[in-house]
Amino acid sequence: MSSTLLRSSTVRCALRASTSASSKKARFAGATFVRGKATLPDLPYDYGALEPAISGKIMELHHSKHHQTYVTSLNNASEQMAEAKAKEDVQTQIALQPLINFHGGGHINHTLFWENLAPTSQGGGEPPKGGLSKAINDSYGSLDAFKEKFNAALAGIQGSGWAWLVQDTQTGSVGIKTYANQDAVVGQFRPILGIDAWEHAYYLQYQNRKAEYFKAIWDVVNWKAAENRFK
Amino acid sequence: MSPFITNYTLPPLPYSYNALEPYISAQIMELHHDKHHQTYITNLNALLQSQAESTQASDIPTLVYLQSGIRFNAGGHINHSLFWQNLAPAQSAEAKTSAAPKLMEKIKQTWGDETKFREAFNTALLGIQGSGWGWLVKVDGGKEDRLVIMTTKDQDPVVGKGEVPIFGVDMWEHAYYLQYLNGRAAYVEKIWNVINWKTAEERYLGGREDAFKVLKASM
Ligand SMILES: [Fe+2]
Ligand SMILES: [Fe+2]
Repeated sequence: MSSTLLRSSTVRCALRASTSASSKKARFAGATFVRGKATLPDLPYDYGALEPAISGKIMELHHSKHHQTYVTSLNNASEQMAEAKAKEDVQTQIALQPLINFHGGGHINHTLFWENLAPTSQGGGEPPKGGLSKAINDSYGSLDAFKEKFNAALAGIQGSGWAWLVQDTQTGSVGIKTYANQDAVVGQFRPILGIDAWEHAYYLQYQNRKAEYFKAIWDVVNWKAAENRFK
Repeated sequence: MSPFITNYTLPPLPYSYNALEPYISAQIMELHHDKHHQTYITNLNALLQSQAESTQASDIPTLVYLQSGIRFNAGGHINHSLFWQNLAPAQSAEAKTSAAPKLMEKIKQTWGDETKFREAFNTALLGIQGSGWGWLVKVDGGKEDRLVIMTTKDQDPVVGKGEVPIFGVDMWEHAYYLQYLNGRAAYVEKIWNVINWKTAEERYLGGREDAFKVLKASM
């Protein structure tokens, strides 16, 4: 339980604006530039901990390179956005929006992804319980039937993207949705569980055999984290 | 198999798997051609079969439903067929820009010089968010043809009216990941060593039929 709490707080820290770096900036740049900086969250397990489902090499590159690039690029775009706002330059603000969407989404998605995975020794692969389990059964009949539908959704993504188990904030029911590129689960839907279907998430280990990756990843899904997101 | 529909087959690579080394590894080429390209063709043939059946049954909802899959997989087949042809071993005469005198003249006229063109092309490639392609395209301007750099998402092909794809670069991660990992900029930099300028010149001087002739050959 304590490890789950620790994981959640790591993620919250990463997604929340941290003020230490920005306060220094504010001193010479003016109050308009006060803002937080996104930071790369620590993985709540070792790079090799998800083997054999996901290799240590993939995890290391995925976390320390890919996720880091989203964080760096988000901070760059946010900085430019703050400047454009200070200058009331609406055109630049609009031009920056796709970058915020892409890199901000990349940061959010990966942060949630690391949290909703876990080594089998930390509960990875153990089926969901309680309200989430009931909601899945209500929508899909059984966990296995759900996984089958989810894997079909993953396989159907044309290009880079993600599949998510989401909760409809209007009805409370759960469903499967796919998102292109780094589009984030925002608005009407709440992210419960996400799987990265970009080629970088599996290629070094599975190459073109992505169906094998989609099958194997359920061994390291952290349903506890998913339960905590479900309301 | 309906007698009315074409069954597409994988066009052979015009060089060996290792011919583009050290810029693109043999392992990448083999997987990319034999597995990825083949999958687009296999899916396309199945979808065209369903399309033929739905047409026969006047099943319009299914016809509309099939469209995105046909676009994606046909695009994958078109794009990769063009791509293999517009690459060549680095040591070959085809890989030198001198193999494309007319095209280079137009490139210089459009971008100032070759370096500026490459920089603009690289910037376009690196700006792709997700999977996609970068293309140099000849566009029929009515009076005079223009050259433009285009990016297309996922497997969208360059098939617009008056557009002739001159050469394309695959920016899907499967095109470089085994060799360059997250180093997209390095892949983009290195691919220039294996661009087939002879093919590019032929497509530039010709029309759409010339660019797409490889597709006819794979039916
Ligand atoms: Fe990823
Ligand atoms: Fe490809």
